[in-house]
Amino acid sequence: MTQTFLGLPRAVDTEHLRGQPFPVAARAAVADSQLRRNLGNATATIRAKRARVVGEVPDWEALRSAGAAIKDSVLANLDELLVQLESEVTRRGGTVHWARDAAEANAIVTSLVRATGAHEVVKVKSMATQEIGLNEALAAAGIAAWETDLAELIVQLGHDKPSHILVPAIHRNRAEIREIFLREMAAVGLPAPADLSDSPAALADAARRHLRRKFLDARVAISGANFAVASTGTLSVVESEGNGRMCITLPRTLISVMGIEKLVPTWADLEVFLQLLPRSSTGERMNPYTSMWSGAVEGQEFHLVLLDNGRTAVLSDPSGRAALRCIRCSACLNVCPVYERTGGHAYGSVYPGPIGAVLSPQLTGVAENPTLPFASSLCGACYDACPVAIDIPTMLVHLRSQAPHPAAERAVMRSVAYAMGSPRRWTAVLSASRAGRLLGGRRGRIRALPPPLSGWTASRDLPVPPAEGFRDWWTRTHGGPTTPSLPSPGPTGSDVAGPGASGQRRGGSGGARTGVDPAEAAGGSGPGGAGPAAAGAEGGGE
Amino acid sequence: MSSARDEVLGRIRRALADRPVAPEVPRAYRRSGDLDPAARLDLLVDRLVDYKAAVRRCSPTQLVDTLFNSLSARGTARIVVPPGLAWDLPGAVVDDGLTAADVDEVDGVVTACAVAVAETGTIVLDSSPDQGRRMITLVPDYHLCVVRADQVVQTVPEAVARLDPDRPLTWISGPSATSDIELNRVEGVHGPRTLEVVLVS
Repeated sequence: MTQTFLGLPRAVDTEHLRGQPFPVAARAAVADSQLRRNLGNATATIRAKRARVVGEVPDWEALRSAGAAIKDSVLANLDELLVQLESEVTRRGGTVHWARDAAEANAIVTSLVRATGAHEVVKVKSMATQEIGLNEALAAAGIAAWETDLAELIVQLGHDKPSHILVPAIHRNRAEIREIFLREMAAVGLPAPADLSDSPAALADAARRHLRRKFLDARVAISGANFAVASTGTLSVVESEGNGRMCITLPRTLISVMGIEKLVPTWADLEVFLQLLPRSSTGERMNPYTSMWSGAVEGQEFHLVLLDNGRTAVLSDPSGRAALRCIRCSACLNVCPVYERTGGHAYGSVYPGPIGAVLSPQLTGVAENPTLPFASSLCGACYDACPVAIDIPTMLVHLRSQAPHPAAERAVMRSVAYAMGSPRRWTAVLSASRAGRLLGGRRGRIRALPPPLSGWTASRDLPVPPAEGFRDWWTRTHGGPTTPSLPSPGPTGSDVAGPGASGQRRGGSGGARTGVDPAEAAGGSGPGGAGPAAAGAEGGGE
Repeated sequence: MSSARDEVLGRIRRALADRPVAPEVPRAYRRSGDLDPAARLDLLVDRLVDYKAAVRRCSPTQLVDTLFNSLSARGTARIVVPPGLAWDLPGAVVDDGLTAADVDEVDGVVTACAVAVAETGTIVLDSSPDQGRRMITLVPDYHLCVVRADQVVQTVPEAVARLDPDRPLTWISGPSATSDIELNRVEGVHGPRTLEVVLVS
């Protein structure tokens, strides 16, 4: 299926949306045993918590359906709802700004901060401001931005990058966090106590002390938004620690940067998302703190920056736009066997994991991010976990079709298609493939194939072809091919004979797909080979 | 050059050239609870305790004594209270425009609430005079909150229906917490590290 994207601009500054090719980055990540241990522990913990609190909601599937439909109705009416939001926020004393891309959003925020005369700002964790590289832009303008979410603080102090949507420091364990606090806090404010232990309570206390003065002195805060209600102009920030409340409440000026898709139409719609988000995200019945405000309140000055940055290009693809339903809960990351093994950095985008693999390439254009659609085993766990029912596996396949495929892969696929086009040619290929037995090592595995098939064996072994294939066995034991009497050739429409008959006998339906090892082998490799991803995924799902 | 606003809206209209139809939203989920009042209050207490809030229950006539007991058990010398709080409490400093630094010096805060949600163990403040500015329930390390039985609903949709979006709202579920270190929940970061609820019925 070809798509025309109506010339809608993608994200231009893609520094925070793409990195090294996924297979390259993943190879390094899976070799880091400490990282894999940290991720394995953390994702196992959160999966169990989520399963427990989702299990106690009798109407979970009804909430999911409602959440998906509300978000789809937002996307279908996005222009009208944004105009309504703008008018409601303005009517309540707020100022609304529009930004076509990252550079424009950064310029707006920088000039708003400058106008206050402040040289530092406190920040609530926000994916949108990470996407646009706001901290770097502010630093270039001589404005220090302090991240106040504990995990963001760990990342910022560690001169590190976030690796998870919800818990950006998920790749760090308590011992590493203690080291970072002891080493880095003194340079930017109150030092960590010299006798700091690595208990999570002590680490949280150190963060509380370190940030308290910054909160009390701050004149400007910058936040994102989890939801904005078009009909009432209400913004909402969902958080745990109270750092969000500190930023939203204490400073005189509040600037919120929000992707244009983060709307809900009406006040009552929040009743759905306030149930879906916390349970999907931290595995809690409700997160400790949710703030809601409409316009400028309690004597504050309030600015709302509405950000496109490639979102309208995502919206223009009917097969991809559902990615804009995402409420950034990160449930898909925590259940993903690929994410669990590679961690978030391997995706090279602030949006990692399954949702990142569909969102990042759409924001930048698949050509700019060609390996991410292959960073998945298509197991479907992400779709099951998604609170707004984004069909990520189908979207990944859709995006794979847009990625450039290497000439060698296309040649192999053409050859296989030709061979499978007639029973005679296929039989010849199977007989010839038996020569592959000569490549087998001691354990009957082929460890390396020559190019163009080396992409497949670079990260996995191939079993040698059997001495006798199914079709030979069938002929030997049932006395000859059965091609002429096949009632139904199966979904591929091919006339591959034997397996169809087998399926018929057993009452099964998957007949025509049996016995096609070479085709599966050739079909699995994407650009550059999705090697480490697929290799990592093999052990998943336990 | 067109404005960013016009251009973004224009892009959206072009992106929706296939005219997707907004689906009917299926509201098959529960929009109200089915528990009787006593069970609803028990559920609230259970959920509050599960998320590490302290809970005391009392009758309306015992309320002031109960508040005194809580404050004395906590050992507070000075507490901040919103201007519309109905009870005279020891060491109370009324918030008449205190700075955050002032509030950082007190030992706690006492407020009423707007709504409480039993299923999630949540208390919602709406900045009414008996709840005050958002800052006073944030900066102190101890928050004592009075919940009346008629303010308790079972489900989130019932709470949303009772609230006015034109008031600044704070939904509070247990004390300040984080799951940022190895995804294990730790109570106590920037907000009050102790939340105590007095449920009056």
